[in-house]
Amino acid sequence: MEVFLSSLVSVAFHGIAYGMILYVISVGLSVTMGLMGFVNLAHGAFAMAGGYVLTSAISRFGLSFPLALALAFIAVAAASVLLERWLYSRLYDAGELEQVLFTIGLIFMAVAAAQVTFGMLQRPVLLPDYLKGQISVLGRDFPAYRVFLIAVSSAMIAALWFGVERTLWGAMVRAAVDNRAMAQSIGINTRRLFTLTFALGSGLAGLGGALGAEIIAIQPTYPFEHLAYFLIVVAVGGLGSLRGPFAAALLIGVSDTACKYWLPQFGAFFIYVATIFLLLWRPAGLFGRRV
Amino acid sequence: MTRAVGYAADPRIRFAEWLPWLAAVAGFFLLPEYLPLGARILTYVLFALSLDLILGYAGIITLGHSAFFGLGAYVAGILAAKLGVTDPLLLLLAAACAAGALGIATGAVILRTHGLTQLMLTLAIAAVCLEIAHKATSITGGADGLSGITIAPIFGAFKFDLYGRTAYLWCLALLFAGWWVTRKMIYSPFGATLCGIRENSVRMHAIGVPVYRRLLTAYTISAMLAGLAGALLAETNQFVGLNVLGFEPSGELMVMLILGGVGRLYGAFVGPLVYLIAQDFLAKQFPEYWYFGIGLMLVVVVLFARGGILGIADRIVARARKYV
Repeated sequence: MEVFLSSLVSVAFHGIAYGMILYVISVGLSVTMGLMGFVNLAHGAFAMAGGYVLTSAISRFGLSFPLALALAFIAVAAASVLLERWLYSRLYDAGELEQVLFTIGLIFMAVAAAQVTFGMLQRPVLLPDYLKGQISVLGRDFPAYRVFLIAVSSAMIAALWFGVERTLWGAMVRAAVDNRAMAQSIGINTRRLFTLTFALGSGLAGLGGALGAEIIAIQPTYPFEHLAYFLIVVAVGGLGSLRGPFAAALLIGVSDTACKYWLPQFGAFFIYVATIFLLLWRPAGLFGRRV
Repeated sequence: MTRAVGYAADPRIRFAEWLPWLAAVAGFFLLPEYLPLGARILTYVLFALSLDLILGYAGIITLGHSAFFGLGAYVAGILAAKLGVTDPLLLLLAAACAAGALGIATGAVILRTHGLTQLMLTLAIAAVCLEIAHKATSITGGADGLSGITIAPIFGAFKFDLYGRTAYLWCLALLFAGWWVTRKMIYSPFGATLCGIRENSVRMHAIGVPVYRRLLTAYTISAMLAGLAGALLAETNQFVGLNVLGFEPSGELMVMLILGGVGRLYGAFVGPLVYLIAQDFLAKQFPEYWYFGIGLMLVVVVLFARGGILGIADRIVARARKYV
């Protein structure tokens, strides 16, 4: 019983840490899809880029861990502004097929670029000493890094929710998600709003990829391998919402960890099957509005 | 689109449409050392044709078309390697039926949804298939792949030889059959309703077309063709690996189709031909740059040349006519 209880706590803890990372990475995807109606399959490439920025900043340039995290966010956000202005914005009015193909093309390029620059092997994350070891809470030991990860993600999520629900920028974003034409006609510069939101979402993906580099290994095939998970979070959570993907990410994080812990022989099988049935039951996602 | 397509066009087979077949037969005699590559190209043309039917004509965007291809390959492979069924025609039939069954079962579900949900469902279904093939090692061989496939001579007379001559002709014959069926369908009223649904499904509803049933029919036929292509791959390679399933082969197939030209019958012929020949020459020497190149090509085609190679050819011909 005690053994079962401790494994239960451990699965819940690791599952929540994993879910948080999934959310930080995917929330940008939910917003870009909800706001611009853009199917950005290459979102995982931004997360991968964040991971590479972190590992190279630490191992090659000797930056401290928090600085490297901040750099991952800023670098990916800045790069995404260029991509959005030059490439993505040309396809806002194009069909779904064009967007899907274009972003698959970007994935191929990102995978190849990562292979050439960083090699095929996965990049280890050099953690600072204060994040190694265990923290003991209520007589149980938890890995310090996961605790840090949950704390940072929670802070990010709180800041994001405050930003979207309590600030003028957030009100504009919500208005544009609800009705883009109307928002435009009352004088909101949706073009600039798109760029800013896209940069924020991609930056968060970069940060999530960097933070989660220890859980979701950084390697060139990252954007292909984890695409399904990011999309599941958004599709199950509901487009354009903040809370839906959060619930979905935690659900997936915990159930995926549980499946891999207790039923490793089935791999991710149950997650996909559960997703299929969930989407059949509620095609717009758990918290999405019916379209 | 100003070109008369589908039902509105003349359904008779034009002279130029025989050229690919003449070229294929000529290739058999002139390039004997490239026959294995040729068989592979023919297989992928059939696979691309099946995707073209639902993606190009019916407008269903799928990221999981490899599920049918992979299922066909594994059904044929398992029947031959584990259950001792070695008749090639029987294997193809079994694979097409299995893929068709999966097509009708999954199509009945995913065709009720739209947009992201539909994309996600196709991806999840392909992922489930990959997961099963990966984990059921006792049946599928898992990550090591399925080997030990032996195939009996076709009709008891034509043995699969070492030089790939039989395999090439077998693929060519089946592709011809698949092309014939697909072409008939596209030039039929049925094909016309598919194009109508792609352009405006609400209006097709309004004029009384049973949209869902038409899409489901197309989806199932496409799944069967893809399963057939998969079984052909298993028969000619006598090996099935995990790389026939999942998101990557679906994406790669999409690249081939887009390169040739989506929504046109012969785009499915040109795309795999160019792609696989280029892959054969370039991918071994520059594997990373190869991936970068196809990504770049996809981006460029989407941004600047939406009709693919055949679209560009059309434009060149149109411009040339203006000056003549």
